[in-house]
Order: sequence, then C-alpha cells, then structure tokens
Amino acid sequence: MTELLRLDHINVDIPIGGGLFRPRAWLQAINDVSLSVAKGETLALVGESGSGKSTLGFVIAGLRKQTAGQVAFNSNRDVEGRKSAVQVIFQDPFSALDPRMTVWEIVSEPLRLKGASSKERFSKSVEALDQVGLPPEAAHRYPHQFSGGQRQRIAIARALVAEPEMIVADEPLSALDVSIQSQVLNLLDDIKRRHGISYIFISHDLGVVRHLSDRVAVLYLGRLMEVASRDDLFETPSHPYTQALLNAIPRIGRGRRKRENILRGEMPSPLAPPSGCVFHTRCPRAQDICSQERPELLPAPGRPTQVSACHFKD
Amino acid sequence: MLRYTISRLLQAVIVILVMSLLLYMLIGLMPGDPVENMLEGNPSLTPAVVAQMRALYGVDQPLYIRYGHWLYSALQGDFGYSSVYFRPVLVVLGPAVLQTAKLLVATQVISIPLAMFLGALAARKPGGWMDNFVSLFAFASISLPGFWTSLILIIVFAVKLGWLPASGTPLMTDAALSQQLLHMILPVTVLTFFHVGPLVRYVRASMIETLNSDFIRTARAKGLSETTVLVRHALRNALIPLVTVLALSFGTLFSGALVVETIFGMLGMGKVIYDAISNIDFNLALVGLLLATIVTLLSSLLADLAYAWLDPRIVLK
Amino acid sequence: MSIVTAEKPIIRPRGASIWSMRWGRFRRNPIAMISLGFLLILTLACAMAGPIEGAMGINHNSANLYIRFQEPSSRHWLGTDDLGRDVLLRLLFGGRVSIAVGLLATLITAVIGITIGVIAGYVGGKLDSILMRMTDCIIALPLIPLLIVLGAVDLSKIGLSREAATSPAAVFLRIVVIIALVDWTTIARIARAGTMSVRNVDYVRAATVSGASGRYNVFVHILPNIATPLIVAMTLSVGRIILFESTLSFLGFGIVPPTPTWGNMLTNAQELILSAPLLAVYPGILIFATVMAVNFVGDGIRSALDPREDGRH
Repeated sequence: MTELLRLDHINVDIPIGGGLFRPRAWLQAINDVSLSVAKGETLALVGESGSGKSTLGFVIAGLRKQTAGQVAFNSNRDVEGRKSAVQVIFQDPFSALDPRMTVWEIVSEPLRLKGASSKERFSKSVEALDQVGLPPEAAHRYPHQFSGGQRQRIAIARALVAEPEMIVADEPLSALDVSIQSQVLNLLDDIKRRHGISYIFISHDLGVVRHLSDRVAVLYLGRLMEVASRDDLFETPSHPYTQALLNAIPRIGRGRRKRENILRGEMPSPLAPPSGCVFHTRCPRAQDICSQERPELLPAPGRPTQVSACHFKD
Repeated sequence: MLRYTISRLLQAVIVILVMSLLLYMLIGLMPGDPVENMLEGNPSLTPAVVAQMRALYGVDQPLYIRYGHWLYSALQGDFGYSSVYFRPVLVVLGPAVLQTAKLLVATQVISIPLAMFLGALAARKPGGWMDNFVSLFAFASISLPGFWTSLILIIVFAVKLGWLPASGTPLMTDAALSQQLLHMILPVTVLTFFHVGPLVRYVRASMIETLNSDFIRTARAKGLSETTVLVRHALRNALIPLVTVLALSFGTLFSGALVVETIFGMLGMGKVIYDAISNIDFNLALVGLLLATIVTLLSSLLADLAYAWLDPRIVLK
Repeated sequence: MSIVTAEKPIIRPRGASIWSMRWGRFRRNPIAMISLGFLLILTLACAMAGPIEGAMGINHNSANLYIRFQEPSSRHWLGTDDLGRDVLLRLLFGGRVSIAVGLLATLITAVIGITIGVIAGYVGGKLDSILMRMTDCIIALPLIPLLIVLGAVDLSKIGLSREAATSPAAVFLRIVVIIALVDWTTIARIARAGTMSVRNVDYVRAATVSGASGRYNVFVHILPNIATPLIVAMTLSVGRIILFESTLSFLGFGIVPPTPTWGNMLTNAQELILSAPLLAVYPGILIFATVMAVNFVGDGIRSALDPREDGRH
C-alpha cells in the first residue's frame, strides 16, 4: 500500500506564561513521535485526556506547527500541500459550524476557498449532504435548527465536499448522545468504504476504535507507547498501559476483570514529565531501569508489525 | 507581586513622559507663540534675557530641544509662570487642586453609600418597582448633559426658589464652613447624580450575581434575615471589585468637575485649565493638564494593583 | 442511500433567518419603537430645516434686535432669542449639526476601534499588549480637558490656510475628528474581546485547514460573529458623542456661533437665566430626549440581538 502520511520525530513544545520579567516554561506536548499511514488506512490515536492526541491531530491537519521533525504528505513536506487534502472533524458539533452561515455555505466553504462558483458550490453541497443522510432542504437552514447529531453530519459533509485524501477526526462522537453515536460511526465507516479515505481517528473510547480502525497508536504524555494493527492490539496488547486501558473498558457478563493491570494514580503534569519511561509512575511492572532509561519503540516478541516502548513488554 | 508593582510603576512613568511630550506638542498648537507666551508671565526676566532664551529655545528650534528644556526645568521643580496670573504655575494650581479635591471628596463620600444603598435595593427584587426606578435613574444619568442639569438646578433652586446660592463658592474666601457647604450643595448634587448612575448599575449587577450564588443560599438556609443576608454577605462580596471601578472613574469625575466648576464659578483645577486654554496661557494649561493626567493614571494604576492584589491570577498571566 | 437513516429535520419556513426574528423581537418592544419613531421624526424635521426656513421667510442666523425675547406666537412658535432669532428654527438647524456629528463621529470611531480591536485580538502577543496598554491609558484619561485642548488647536499651525482653518466645514470636521480620536476605545475593547473568543473556535479552524488566510477568517467569520455587541455599542456611541459635542460647544470649544448647535445655544443661558429661562430649557430638553431615545433604541437592539433568544422564536 502506498504511504500517504509520514511523521518523523515530531516534537511539539508549547510556551507557557512568561511576561516582561518572567521566563517562559515549555510544555512538551508531543515528544519524538514517528508514524506512517497508508492510503485508505484508518489509524486510531488513543490515550487519556492530556496525552497529546488532539495536538498531534492538529499538527497533521496543518493547524499547528511542529517544533521539530517532518510531516510528509504524499511525499510533500510543505504544509500548503496538505490544505484541503486533509480535512478535520471536530469534537463539539455546536462550535463546528458558523451560526451566521447557512448550511450549504458552511458545507461548501472548502470549495469557496478554492475559488469555485456559487452554483457549483451549492450543487456539490447538496450532494455532500445527501451522502451524510441529510435532505436537500437542509441546505438553506441555519445550524441552530439542527440537533447535535445532525450538526456533526453537516460537519462531515463539509469534510467530504473537497474530496480529501485524509480526514482527521478529533473525538467526533464524544459529544453526541449514545444512541446517535452508532449512527454517526456507521456513517464514517460507510464513507471510508466508499471513498477509500484515510482517517486519523482520535478517541479515548477503545470500544469505538475497535470498530473502525485498521491500526492503533497509543499515546501517553505525548509519547508513543504502542503501535499495532487493530487485531494485534486488542488480542495481544504488548504495553502495560495498553493492557490497563483495555481492562478499563466496561464489559457486561464477560467474566471478572483481571485485577493486575488497573491503573494507579493520576496522569502526571506535562510540565514535569517523569524521567526515563514516562509511564513508570503508574506502571505495575516498573523497575529501577524504568525511571532511568527511556525505552525505544521496538517490536514485540514474535510480532514484528507491533511495536511498543517498554522494557518489560509482552 | 512586587515585580508586578515595579513593572507597572515603570510603565506608568513612561506613559507620563510620553503624555507630557504629547501635551507639550498639543499646547504648542494653540494659537499664539508658545515660547513667547511661556516667558511672558515671569516678571523677573529682562527683555535681554527673553531675547536670549528665545534664540536658544524659540519656536524655530526643533521640538525636542524645546521640550527637553521644558522637561529639564520641570524635573527641577520649575514649571514656569502663568502668563495670565503673573505667578508661578504651581502657586496658581495649589489652591485649585484643593478646591477640586474638596468637591470630589464630597462627591465620593455621598456617592458610594448612595450607590450601595440603591444598588442593594434594586438587586433585592429584580424587576420590582424599585429596580425599575433605579434603572430609570441610571438611564437618565447617562442621557442628561451635565452642564444643562446644572443650569436647570440653578434656575429652579437659586433663581426661582431662592433656596440655594447660584455659585459654588462664597464670595469671601474665609467664609464660615456652613456657608461653604451651602454653596457646595448644588455642584455636589450634580456631580453625585452623574457619578452614582453607572455605579448603581454596577452594584446592582454585581449583587444580583452574588445573590444567586451558593453561599448566599447557605446563608438563607441558615435562617438569617433577608437584610442580614443582603448587607453582611452579598454587599460585601459585591463591593470588592467596586474599588477598581471607583479608581477608574476618576477620569470621568474630573471631566464632570471641569464643567461644574465652570458653571458654578468655582476656582478648581477644572476651571483653571479651562481658563488657561481659553486665555492661551501655555504654561498653566500644560501643567494643569499634565497634573490631571498624572492623577488619573495613578488612580488607574492603583486600580490595577488593587485588582491584582485581590485576584492573584492576574499577576501570573 | 446508505444504512444511515436521517433524523427528521425541523421544518421551518425558509425566511426564518436570524435577522427577521430579531426585527420581530425589536418590534414588540414598545419603548424602543417609540424612541425609534421619535428619532426618525426628529431627524426628518432637522433635515427639513432648510426648506422650512425658506417657507418661513426668515434667516435663522440673522439678528433682529427689535424682536428680542418674544413669547411664542404664531409667527415664532417658540418665540425669539436674545438676538431676535427664531428659536424653533435654530433648534432644527442645531439638531442637524448635533445629529450629523453623532453619526459621522460614530462611524469613524467604529472604523478605528474595530480595526485596532480586531488586530489586537487576532494577532495577540506583544502587539496586543501594546495596543491594550494604549487603549487603557486613553480610557482612563479625563476626556473633556483633552477635548478642550484639542478643540483649541489652531488649524493653521498644521498646514491649513487661514480661511480653511476657520471655515465652518473645518470646525465641523475638527470636532468630529477629535471626538473620534478619544472615543474609539469602547468599541476597540468590545471588538478585541469578541475577536479573541471567535478566533479559536472550531469553524475558524476548519476554514484554516481548507486554506483560509487570516484576512478571510477575519472578514468572513470573525466580523459577522462579533457584529452584535458592536452594533449595540455603536448605537450607544451616538448618544455619548452627542453629549460630548454639546458639552464642548457649550464651553466654546466645539461648534462656534453663529452656527447653532444645541450645546452652544446654551452658552449664554447663564446670563439669560433671569430674562428668559425658557431659552435654557429647550435645547437641553432636546439633547436629553435625543440621547435618551438613542439609549432606549440601543437597549432594545441589545435585547433583540441577544443570542440566547436565537434558538427559539
């Protein structure tokens, strides 16, 4: 499969505070992340809040500039090349649409930015609305006349209208009612199958991730803990953090949860990341070496396509 | 906190210097020859000296030289002579500052409790008739012209009814205190009316917000009387930011004072500045304006500092 | 179609744009509507001052000492002033100036304020700090003294010829300019606050992802979304500016006689208090009524534009 996106040793540092007489502190939001995504592939970025997954998504979409490292899209390192070919779907459907614009104006905005005529924009927006299951009458209405789930679909229509090669979806289901989530999830799945679009699917919900993704990358405090194919990750998780996350998924009637891998404590502040392996403060397997030496992303024993960063991986 | 204070003080000094330059330039744009005018009021200068100074610091010299000379003298305490009064500027301004201070202090002393009282009454029952009255009152205070209100009050109370004097200060400067206060009633009333308006709105909004908060509900649940709740708890909380509102309102107060002093014939800073500009008295105008600006900036600085002291988050920004 | 079933879209008539709903709300506010009506009638009357003068056959500026201080009569509906001039006519002409200053200065104030506010809010960082410092300083300053000294500026010293400097046009423009120079700060603050709240919102990000430039985002997304508080602020500005102009003119540093303005018609009022107190009342009442009406309209606009009401009808 052809490689669509490549991230090489991405660092994102965010300056905090600082004024006339005070030095700034730097927050390491993303630290040494390298990934590759093929055409048509769905990569999920999972982690707790504060893991940096949204930040990484924004870097991929061109909304944030990385402090170090390269982002290559279709072998093109320039941010401009990604504009429009990479689209975004946001978490909050209520702030994703400009309340002053009609739905067709919103949906066709990517085309407007490319210079298309309004006639063309209108017809393309109606097409896009149809693809997400909304009728043409919706085109002349305003966002406030729609529910959350419908607004999210409008946002998806907007992402589709410019025929992107990749969509970064930042927790697109989190703000929706549970009953609507499955509808929108199926829609995303449907689109993926029909158009062969790659997704970067950001989520903290592993259940949803399992349904949609081909590969999964697990982030913790801005660092990659594990990257594996969907099946490998869910059936034979290698990193203790991944295992703990999986154990936390609520399960009904599937037998008792394994006690051993429950996460202890709270995520440390990104301003003061732990030394060595950043996960060692909460890891049930932590030893001395874990606080001294940062583990590299290396293949798990016997499964070369599954990599994880742990001194004591499975 | 100390760092913040020092940084703000430094900024204030810079702003004052910049303002002094701006005012110097503006004053120079008034009709007449600024340098000639500035030298006029000094009775001790001989014509020869005047000619010499004119050559050194005259209008044909670049601005920065003239300004520099002025600043140099100013920093040594020499602010020049008033060309209208033939006295040193500071001597003229001294009593004027006192007069305006009397006026403003009296205004504040009445305005603050009045605003608190009216605001609390209004907040007690939002939408009630008291609230509507207060709203109307506040509305009127931002719709009425101050100078006209003064005139109407003079017409009604001084001319028609004869109850109060039409001027703000008694004729004899050493008149009894009671006389002085009598003369101050109308001007202070006008200033208070316009000062209280925005204050009341603020107190009312602030109190309504506080009254809806949790700790008030607790107080009520404890069974405290409504008055106690209102006064002891809600008012106190709503007042804290009021301090900064007051400090920032100095500019508007001073503007109002200028108008009132002019109409009521009170020789305060406002009137002095007004007369100085009308009579093209450069030195007096410049220093008077600068003084007003400095006091205003200092009070807004105090507001910032008080606010930062009360809300530590500002400092950490 | 796919397995996705569409939720039923809410049926609303096409014309239910936000603006028609808002106008409806404004219409149902009696105080605001009355005020608006008053302002329209007043503006119309003042605009007709010229033709009315022609119809009456007298000049509002020419003195006629034989008919000073006349009581209201059928010839002079509000009587005559201390120079024998028709009071009503002068009030109408004065209104023209005051309203014109109010509108024009508000426009300029808005342009300056919105530009500075949006730039400060959008660019942020050091530029924002500097602009805000400057704004805060001006807000804190005592404005009347400043306006007086600005009003005293001899225009011929900044390059204008003698005649140009003293022409009515120059005097009019000067007062518009100096008021605009000090009054832009309120609008700037509102524009900045609005810009800062909108610039990081998701729909702006979505536009950026598709290639939108800063200029595009400002004009297409930010400005329309901060229009609401700005419109209210601009309306209230008109009232405030009319008050500034009348105070300045009263003090002799605004529009100077013989051109009448409500403010300078009151300059001599103190001396005339004994002979004709009513002359001190009319112009002031007009100022008060006009500014009050403007404030009511502004308040009405504020409630009508309240975004919380947009979700419902």
